[in-house]
Amino acid sequence: MNGGQDLGGAQGFGPVVPEPDEPAFHEDWEKRAFALTLAMGMPGGWNIDMGRFARENRDPGAYLSMSYYQLWFAGLETLLKERDLVSDDEIVVGHTLRPPKAVKRILTPGDVLKVLHRGGPTERDTNTKPAFKPGDSVRARNINPPTHTRLPRYVRGRLGIVERVIGFHVFPDSNARGAGENPQWLYTVRFDGRELWGDDADPTVKVSVDAWESYLERA
Amino acid sequence: MAHDHDHHHDHDHEHSELSETQLRVRALETVLTEKGYVDPAALDLLIETYEKKIGPRNGARVVAKAWADAAYRARLFKDATPAIAELGYAGRQGEHIVALENTRKLHNMVVCTLCSCYPWPVLGLPPVWYKSAPYRSRAVADPRGVLADFGFTLPQDTEIRIWDSTAEIRYLVVPMRPAETEGWSEDKLAELVTRDSMIGAGLPKRPEDHK
Repeated sequence: MNGGQDLGGAQGFGPVVPEPDEPAFHEDWEKRAFALTLAMGMPGGWNIDMGRFARENRDPGAYLSMSYYQLWFAGLETLLKERDLVSDDEIVVGHTLRPPKAVKRILTPGDVLKVLHRGGPTERDTNTKPAFKPGDSVRARNINPPTHTRLPRYVRGRLGIVERVIGFHVFPDSNARGAGENPQWLYTVRFDGRELWGDDADPTVKVSVDAWESYLERA
Repeated sequence: MAHDHDHHHDHDHEHSELSETQLRVRALETVLTEKGYVDPAALDLLIETYEKKIGPRNGARVVAKAWADAAYRARLFKDATPAIAELGYAGRQGEHIVALENTRKLHNMVVCTLCSCYPWPVLGLPPVWYKSAPYRSRAVADPRGVLADFGFTLPQDTEIRIWDSTAEIRYLVVPMRPAETEGWSEDKLAELVTRDSMIGAGLPKRPEDHK
């Protein structure tokens, strides 16, 4: 979606402000919101792309005024409510008002390190061959889905060069909608800064994105 | 006195806004625990893991080893995920890692313009600036300006390469080894490796800054 999350090339946000000796979390609630999000992935049954869409799918003004963990928490509420695992009145009173839904598994302390160490690899087996090879000229398609996509606006319609064939990976646009993993070939595509930002751009800059095959056309 | 009143009013307002999120998070945790969906001990362990075990010291060990051990360096640049797993670092948000070599001719810098993708097993959770709109918006369009915000300037003829982490590939920058560190042990070298240098937003410490 062309939402508040798609920030590449936006202007007016001011300087980057690094914080010396920054802690992992700034508030206790951030720790709990972070851990709840990770822990609920198992009983909740959503995938990472659904999680990203739940965070980005909101009024751009709201998105930009929320902190990172506020977005995580808002996304978690959305995912839980969509699945009838929790309802708003329960969060308001702070107690369960209805019996729980049956869930397959919950994250136990004994699982934590194993689950983190395993992660969620997105590469899949295939018998197909990639359509593009390193050095090929490609154009990023001009697509504007209202649903989740990982092709940022600033490269759409732009010419780039395939630099690397990464592998065959789960397609987020489909996975986020619960329409299956539909894996595709994934490429690192490199763009010249001037192709993206015009002739006045810094000629020493190149930018790459990782793009699935259906985001690209031969050029 | 009017001044004091205003001050307290502002303070209370700020406080109540903070507690609203805090109370809602607490309420949700209670509900999810009562329903049996979460085990609070698992939550505590998740937090402890990312506060104490998984952080940029992991990545610093990888970089220091790449500086000190030519065979490891070759393995890391050929296929970083197994090379990093040799040191025990793997998993969530680092399932597919690529290591990027900074040189005098090429400076790599990593961003995620669409969210905040970051190589957790080697760098831990991302700092606020990495997740912020200023960095995500400008890193791809004005990287020299962003580096200036960090207080450093690259030579004008150094090529800059920005890696936008739009898929599940995570990028780890291997900065240039500081001069005058010949013969240093990996442990000592690791102390020079800063988090920002592994994102491409900073440089390693110099030996003279190291105590």
